[in-house]
Amino acid sequence: MAAAPKRPFRWHIVVFLAPAVLVYTAIMILPLAGTLQLSLFRNIDQAQIFVGLENFRRLFGDPNWSVNFWNALRNNIWFFIIHMIVQNPIGVLLAALLSSPRLRFSAFYRTAIFVPTILSFVIVGFAWKLILSPLWGVAPNLMDLVGLKNLFTPWLGKEEYALTTLSLISVWQFVGIPMMLIYAALLSIPEEVIEAAECDGITGMSQFWKIKLPLILPSIGIISILTFVGNFNAFDLIYTAQGALAGPNYSTDILGTFLYRAFFGFQLQVGDPNMGAAIATMMFLIILGGVCVYLFLVQTRLRRYQF
Amino acid sequence: MTTKLLTALLLGTSILGSAGMAYAQDVTLNIESWRGDDLAIWKDKLIPAFEAKNPGIKVVFAPSAPTEYDAALGAKLAAGSAGDLITCRPFDKSLELFKKGNLADISTLPGMENFSDVAKAAWQTDDGKASFCVPMASVIHGFIYNKDAFDQLGIKVPTTNEEFYAALDKIKADGTYIPMAMGTKDLWEAATMGYQNIGPNYWKGEEGRLALIKGEQKLTDPQWVAPFAELAKWKPYLGDGFEAQTYPDSQNLFTLGRAAIYPAGSWEIGLFNTQAQFKMGAFPPPVQKAGDTCYISDHTDIGMGLNAASKNADVAKTFLTWVASPDFATIYANALPGFFSLNNTPVKMEDPLAQEFVSWRDKCKSTIRSTYQILSRGTPNLENETWVESANVINGTVTPEAAAKKLQDGLDSWYKPAK
Repeated sequence: MAAAPKRPFRWHIVVFLAPAVLVYTAIMILPLAGTLQLSLFRNIDQAQIFVGLENFRRLFGDPNWSVNFWNALRNNIWFFIIHMIVQNPIGVLLAALLSSPRLRFSAFYRTAIFVPTILSFVIVGFAWKLILSPLWGVAPNLMDLVGLKNLFTPWLGKEEYALTTLSLISVWQFVGIPMMLIYAALLSIPEEVIEAAECDGITGMSQFWKIKLPLILPSIGIISILTFVGNFNAFDLIYTAQGALAGPNYSTDILGTFLYRAFFGFQLQVGDPNMGAAIATMMFLIILGGVCVYLFLVQTRLRRYQF
Repeated sequence: MTTKLLTALLLGTSILGSAGMAYAQDVTLNIESWRGDDLAIWKDKLIPAFEAKNPGIKVVFAPSAPTEYDAALGAKLAAGSAGDLITCRPFDKSLELFKKGNLADISTLPGMENFSDVAKAAWQTDDGKASFCVPMASVIHGFIYNKDAFDQLGIKVPTTNEEFYAALDKIKADGTYIPMAMGTKDLWEAATMGYQNIGPNYWKGEEGRLALIKGEQKLTDPQWVAPFAELAKWKPYLGDGFEAQTYPDSQNLFTLGRAAIYPAGSWEIGLFNTQAQFKMGAFPPPVQKAGDTCYISDHTDIGMGLNAASKNADVAKTFLTWVASPDFATIYANALPGFFSLNNTPVKMEDPLAQEFVSWRDKCKSTIRSTYQILSRGTPNLENETWVESANVINGTVTPEAAAKKLQDGLDSWYKPAK
């Protein structure tokens, strides 16, 4: 049997891939591997010693760590739930309204709603802290105008409300993203499909539920997974609004702030990069798990429509 | 043509440059610091005063941002590019630098005898044998009050707990002023201006603090729970929505004249002097019964040490000896009212409020914050937990006993006092 004619090695593929692979490896893969490695070591007498899963045993076995970890995870899940049940439906609603041909000034609304997304967390956190301030904020006065003054409480200072309040602030900031993505998805639905639906007598609300919503489901899926990743990596808003101790009484502590305190330390607490890396590894695994569930269980079942 | 001109220019500059070097035999000392706010004071007052007395030594004050200081300093020390003199944070951060060999032992430095043991404690090894920084300044806790408001309502400055609450009740009943400007949002106000402010009167200052470190007392003992019980009583006297009131909010409430009493640290004096439009006074934390010894938190906050790798160690030691002298103390304490010299020689200060604060040193016993030395090395961190629990106690979400128990349990989980 004659050997197949040897094809010349296609160097150009390697050359073209190299820049992206090298940059991505240098700034993403290596640090990630470094973090995973760091989580398996401990600093004993100024030297890094390999300790296997000891850091993880401490994180889950030692109540001083595990209580905080589970608290942060629980808060993080609540943070995510609020986003899913508030941000995404509102985003879909706004997109549906914006794509309505009868709406005037839609470009203005689109921009206005999207602007908070490009604001810095520091500005958002500080502005909302001022708005909700019981001393100088506008919220107490505005509520007074409509006779709801007695419903006002210092939301950011109460254990039972602080996390939900912060979640809603975050929703306010980021609602522009689902809106834009779904708006784009709605615009890409071909006219013929809509016309065909109208010929079949499906109009108005039922047209949205039966025709448009199924067509934008993949976009909603993408948004959900972006929200999931974003929420479990969140840190900035809590840090700017509540500080690194995520008060009151750790009620707004999420994985990001917990990681920050462990890794960099805070005030008199000396940073422990190894435990920090262990927490970062857990965050990585949680996010990886969530993304895998989405990719393998949800996305494969979403039906794709080819036009 | 141009090349020739360029060569000539280059030659000229290099000769001039080396000539300059040949004439200047001066030694230059660099100071690392996080106190960017003090740049003007160092440049205009302290450094000229030193250079006038020590010709041939130039000093450069090179601060970095407070939040970046520790990391930047660590990197510079590792790279060998750090300044000769290093501004020291109190306790463990500096101790760690000393253990790594970055800070030199200066126990025998001339001038160190000007400081008491409490003053030096922040920059000593745990056994107190080696000192590695010259204490520069401390801050004192107490209460600043609105004198106009007190006069208007006919309130005398309270000295005992009973008088303190009577005064608060009177201010509250009158309704013009918020009795006390404090919030729990930032947590540390509750712990630092609350617990650590009034606490020393209960745990008897150094006596209780050292007993706690030795393990002879526990945070659940009555003298450690009592300050929490007092904090719990403060709630009705704080402003509406104090749970979301931040530290700057509290400062503004007081300086705008809307609150009568401000649980303070002396570092506020400089700011308050420029902002408040009314007369201010100060009183030390009230004692339990008339005639009790009073204790104040006179917390060591800032010091200066010698970089062990400095090439100009001898000259730098001259500078440190000057930092330990009463001359330095006088200039520093007057330039920064509220940062008090730790020098044994009394310093004459111009600012009346600062004078009031420092006068307590004569009649009360000084101590430092209970959580700072040794006890905040582990996880959970006692200082951070004290912030959280103090705020909880004032918010009323936790009882004083439960808060104390939580702190002690956390401490027990890692701290084994030497028997």
